[in-house]
Parts: sequence; structure tokens; C-alpha cells
Amino acid sequence: MMLARTADNLYWISRYMERAENLARMLRVTDRLSLMPSGTDADGSEWQSAVIVSGAEEDFYRKHEEATPENVISYLAFDTENPSSIRNCIETARRNARAVRTALTTEQWECLNSAWLELPRWNETRVRGSGLHRFLDWVKDCSLLFTGGTVATMLRRDSFYFSRLGTFIERSDNTARILDVKYHVLLPEHAEVGGGIDYYQWASILRAVSGYRGYNAVYREGLKPWLIAEFLVMREEMPRSLISCAAEIKECLDKLGEEYGQRHECHRVAGQIYSRLRFGKVEDIFRQGLHEFLSEHIETNDRLGLEISRSYLLG
Amino acid sequence: MAHAIFDEMGGPGGDVRQAYRKLQSWLEETPLDILTLRREEAETFFRRIGITFAVYGEGGDPERIIPFDIIPRIIEAAEWRLISEGLIQRVKALNAFIADVYGGQEILRAGLVPRDQVLLNDTYRYQMQGVSVPQNVYTHIAGIDMVRVGAEDFYVLEDNCRTPSGVSYMLENREITMRIFPDLFSRYNVAPVDHYCDELMRTLTSVAPRNCPGEPTVVVLTPGIYNSAYYEHSFLADQMGVELVEGPDLYVMDDIVYMRTTQGPKRVDVIYRRVDDEFLDPLTFRPDSVLGVAGLMNAYRAGNVNLTNAVGAGIADDKAIYTYVPGMVEFYLGEKPILKNVPTWRCGEKDDAAYVLDHLAELVVKEVHGSGGYGMLVGPKSTKEEIEAFGARVKAAPEKYIAQPTLALSTCPTFVNEGVAPRHVDLRPFILSGADIRVVPGGLTRVAMREGSLVVNSSQGGGTKDTWVLKD
Repeated sequence: MMLARTADNLYWISRYMERAENLARMLRVTDRLSLMPSGTDADGSEWQSAVIVSGAEEDFYRKHEEATPENVISYLAFDTENPSSIRNCIETARRNARAVRTALTTEQWECLNSAWLELPRWNETRVRGSGLHRFLDWVKDCSLLFTGGTVATMLRRDSFYFSRLGTFIERSDNTARILDVKYHVLLPEHAEVGGGIDYYQWASILRAVSGYRGYNAVYREGLKPWLIAEFLVMREEMPRSLISCAAEIKECLDKLGEEYGQRHECHRVAGQIYSRLRFGKVEDIFRQGLHEFLSEHIETNDRLGLEISRSYLLG
Repeated sequence: MAHAIFDEMGGPGGDVRQAYRKLQSWLEETPLDILTLRREEAETFFRRIGITFAVYGEGGDPERIIPFDIIPRIIEAAEWRLISEGLIQRVKALNAFIADVYGGQEILRAGLVPRDQVLLNDTYRYQMQGVSVPQNVYTHIAGIDMVRVGAEDFYVLEDNCRTPSGVSYMLENREITMRIFPDLFSRYNVAPVDHYCDELMRTLTSVAPRNCPGEPTVVVLTPGIYNSAYYEHSFLADQMGVELVEGPDLYVMDDIVYMRTTQGPKRVDVIYRRVDDEFLDPLTFRPDSVLGVAGLMNAYRAGNVNLTNAVGAGIADDKAIYTYVPGMVEFYLGEKPILKNVPTWRCGEKDDAAYVLDHLAELVVKEVHGSGGYGMLVGPKSTKEEIEAFGARVKAAPEKYIAQPTLALSTCPTFVNEGVAPRHVDLRPFILSGADIRVVPGGLTRVAMREGSLVVNSSQGGGTKDTWVLKD
């Protein structure tokens, strides 16, 4: 048993840290792609797709005319008006953390607090050139340290499960978005699949989710769009795949159900999502259309988030 | 009153006092750059742990660190025995006074404290009249501000009976000193303070409300993360292993207080509240308060929940009431007061006001309801213009002011930019009252970091020191 507000904060701290990490990953591969020799980025579609992935397209274009690298980095990393900018993610996570100090382990708190203390040192000027990668690595490290610290130090009871739920709900959403948007950018109807540039592009999706080497270890037959999709949707070995997230969510909710002796609507939704991924076939997904499938997943995942709030976090 | 400044290390004659001898030889053998290094270490520690003091609305860094002076202040066992006996006696009297004010009002009938001073006081809560509280205790956690002016001369400067803060610094300062100066620490036999939170928890459970259904559920109620003492609130909740709640986490149904949990409502029995009276219950006090809980006062009066400190306890620490405290000790306990009050002129009284206005340049003049070192005049440290301006304010509303002689606050060796030098200090020990009454041997020593300054308040740039009470 814990305060509903505390559980809510723990859940959102994890979500914000995971979000910051995924943004950093995505900016990193976007930047990498834009450096590719052939100038595929002449139309800025890479940077534009980064904005779309973040889900803030509308707000971005209200503020900026063009998706230039500077604009996109500024908006996604530092803009205080963008509630999901990396800066705001870290600020919000730390503010939430301060409000639930007593529910966090020292390691978790110190990780968030150090990140927050370090944050003002980073700005648009400092990330020009090679500074960008140092910054994005730093963000990723903060998040990994937090997630690792959570697993390594938190008592296995409700507070831990709420923390973990935040991580996986967010990750599931982010992986689905990256795959969805990149698939669109990379596979316009008229494009030819299989060129050298494509290779880098497809590799970038995998890199964005730390899955490049994992993919090769699993498939050993070069990068194929449909296998990449399968890898990120249905392979349980892949820790950032949709099914891995669904499995973790389901387990956390099961543990909560056990601890509290009660199950809710969120348990049903989580089970449904997991079963669909576990027993579905990749051919069916492609027949339905990957985009339709992913959009639906993002929506169901949102609904699961709401159900979790309704069952536990609102008190 | 002694005029020469008493230095706690040097003593009156310049000979190093017994308790400080080991410290002094340690200071002599430790190079200044080591001290600088240790001070930086301490600051990093405070920042990392997030022990900050929030000052909003003044620009600059809103989360400040209170400067921590690394050189401990030392109190001998015999001195402490006297102090703690005096504190217990004083707090007993203060509790008896509050109980009396909200009960039979004997002391008013005896004419010892003027009726108007109490019943027309801003801190008096008529809503508490006739309400009985568990164990008859009102100020469960009291912080008594004391100063020393001579070897055996301790004065009480101020009583804090509402929500005194600072105890987390007492505990964290000790933690840090032990970490950065283990060698020095081990040369002394210092009484531990780290059981404070256990004692606090014991005190809180001992005042469970009369309708408490079983083992009491205790919570700490905070105004939230923007409160200047938020760190302390979360620290205490954590150390006691209880929930740290904000107003919206609680609600009242059928005069019972519940908190909102992941498993639905859970009944709450004792609330250690760090929210001021006026904000506790919008149905009883300020209707615009979002920090409190609607209906809390009804639950409290019904004996379904206990609030610590009690609503209305502020009547005992009002600066206008302060002058009557020694009289309370005699009235309620039939004892001679062990701790002295600083002689005080009440400007509300004609003769006193005339004297004060004539002697502004020598006196400290304070607003009766001010706190945090704001709204006060330190005569000897002020310019002619400042004195004149303040004099005009006193004339305009004399009843709002009291005056005291400028005390020669004792000094302690302190590590400042110029090296180790004497700086003025005070002391705030914490007294816990429940089924019984206890004092943890120690307290918060506040130090004025600027040379010659007598203002130790953290909001005015004062710092803190670890306070060592020695064991025999």
C-alpha cells in the first residue's frame, strides 16, 4: 500500500526518463543519418521525421517554419515550451522525485538530482558540432543509470512495480513510434528497397533502439525491412520490442494484483496486448498494414496507461 | 549582563576551555587547505543529497544550501545537564499554559497574563476553546532558541511552539562531521543524536487520538516541495518510515481522516503537520487554502485524529507572551525557572515605550509577530537614518514591538574566508513532549558568518554548525 500520489510520481519519473532517453537515441541516429554522403537529407526529411516521431509535429511547426537541424535539436532537446523536450523531461522527473524523496532509493535520487544539477551546463551552443553526441550520450547514460539503479536497489514491492510500469509503457510507445515513422520515411511507395543508402537507413532504426548487433545475432541474413519490423514487434529476446514491453507490463501488473489481492481493467487490457503480440503472426500484421497495426498499438498502449492511472494512481 | 564577548573556546580570560583543548590542538595541526577541502566536500554532500533551503521570490538560486561551518561547537556534559533540565521545565510550563488558555484560563483569572494579550492575540484560536487533546499536550515538538553570554549565563531568546524546523540539520550536520573529520570526532566522547527520529515517532504514537482503532497510523503533512523546509519534512517522514502527505492526499468523511492510497482509502490517526494553523482546514480557517484538508478540524475535535503540534499552540510562543514565561514556570510548576529570559520592554506599555524610544541605539527592537530576522532593528549596528525610520514605525504602532538589550552573544571558532575566526552563535535544542518529555542531547547551532554580525537566521545568510554535547 502506498500513497496514490507517490505511485503516480514514481510512474511518471520513469516515463520521463525513458522518454528523454528515447529522444536522445533518436536525435543521435538522425544526426548520424544526416551525415551520410549521398545527401539523402537534402529535403530535411530525416530531421522532419524526428519531429514526427516525437509526436509534437503540430507544436513544432507553430514555432518553426522549417525542420532544420538547429531548430529540431533546439526544440526536442532544450525548448522549455515543449513539455517533452529532454530538458523538461529531466526537470519534471527531478521535480517529481523531490516530491517523493522518501519513496526513492538514494541511488535513484542521486542519479536524478545529479542529472538536474548538470543540466544547466548544456544548451544549444554547447551541443554544436561534436558537443551534440556528448550531450546525447550523457542523457542516455543518466536514463540507463536511473533504470539500472531502480532494478538494482528498489525493494520488490508496489513502488518498484509502478516505477517499472512507467518505463515500459513509455518504451512501448516510443519503439512503436520510431518504427512507424521511419518505416514511412524509408519506404515511400515509389522507392527501391535494397540500395546502399537504404542499408544505413534501416540500420539507423536498429541503432535507435540499441538493436543493431542484436538483430544480426538473431537473423544473420542482412537487413530486411520486414525482419526488422518483426524484430521490434514480436521478438521477446529484444528488450525494447513491443512484446518485451508488454511482457514486463503484464508481469508488473500481475505482481501488483497479487500484492493487493485485486485485479482491475488494466490487467485485462495488458493481457490482451500481450496475447496479440505473443500469438499473432507477422504476416497478418503486414497484411493489415504495419502502420495501421502500430497506430492501433500506440492507442491501446495509451488506454492501458489510463487504466493503470484509474486503478491505482488517482486514489 | 556581561559586556565582554564570551568566546566558547577561549573563555573569559583567553585560556582555552577544557572542552575545546583537543579541538584547538587539532586546529593547530590541520593546515587551512585541508579545511578548505573538507568544506568543499561537505558542500558537495549537501548538494548531492539535496539538503537545501528554498528561498523563492528573491531571484538567484531558489534552492540554496545553508552554509555549513565545519568546526563543531562543543557543550560540556555539566552545562548540558543544566540546559536540558531548564528546557524540560520550560516546555512543561508552556504546555500547561496552552492547556490552561484553552481550558479553565486560571492564569488569566489570576491576572498573571493580561486577558487581552491572550484572547485578542492573532495566534489565539477560539476554535480550540474547550477541546481536549490527547495527554493534554499541545507543543509536542518545541524548539527553544537560546544564547550564551557567559560561562554560566544562558538566556532563552525565543520559544518556538508551532512548527519549529532545523532538526534535520542537527542530524545531517552530525552525519557530515563524522564523515569528514573522523579523527577529530574519535578524540571526543560525543553523545549521539541519531535516535531523534525514533524518539519523535515514539512521541507521536504516544499521543494517538482517543478513538484510534489500533496501532496508530502516523503521517507527516507538508505544504509541498516549494516550502522552505520541504527537505526536512521528507527527511523526517523517511526516517520514521511514515508517509509524507500533502493536503490533497487526505480527505475527511464522517469526521474520519483518510489518505488516498493505491489500495483505496486508509485511515490516518496522527498528523505531524508542518502546515500553519491558518491553512489547515479551509472550512474553519482560510477558505482559499489548498494546503489543508476540508473538515480536518471537525475530525480533530471529534477525537478521531490528532494534530501535532496542536492548533493554537502559537499562543505560547508569541513575542508578547514571552515575557510571562518565567512567571508561568512558577505558576504551574511551583518552581524557580532554571533558564532566564532576556529582559524585555513591551512597547505597548507607556513607560517601556518611552524608554525604548530614548535608547533605540542600544537596543534590539523586534516586531512581535515577525520572524526570520525580518522587521527588526539592531540598534548598535544601524545607521542614524535607520534608527530614526524605525523609531517612527514604533511610534506609529507601539504595541507591535518589543525591545531587548543587545546581547553579547557568545562566539565560536568558525572557518571563514579569513581563516578560523570567532563568530556569534545561538542554539536551538528540540524538546519532545508526549506521554513523557525528552530532549536529545544536541541542537542546531546557528552562526552569523559575517564578522560582528548578530543575525544568525538562515534567511539572512546565517550558517549552521554541528553541536557536540559531551558525555561524562
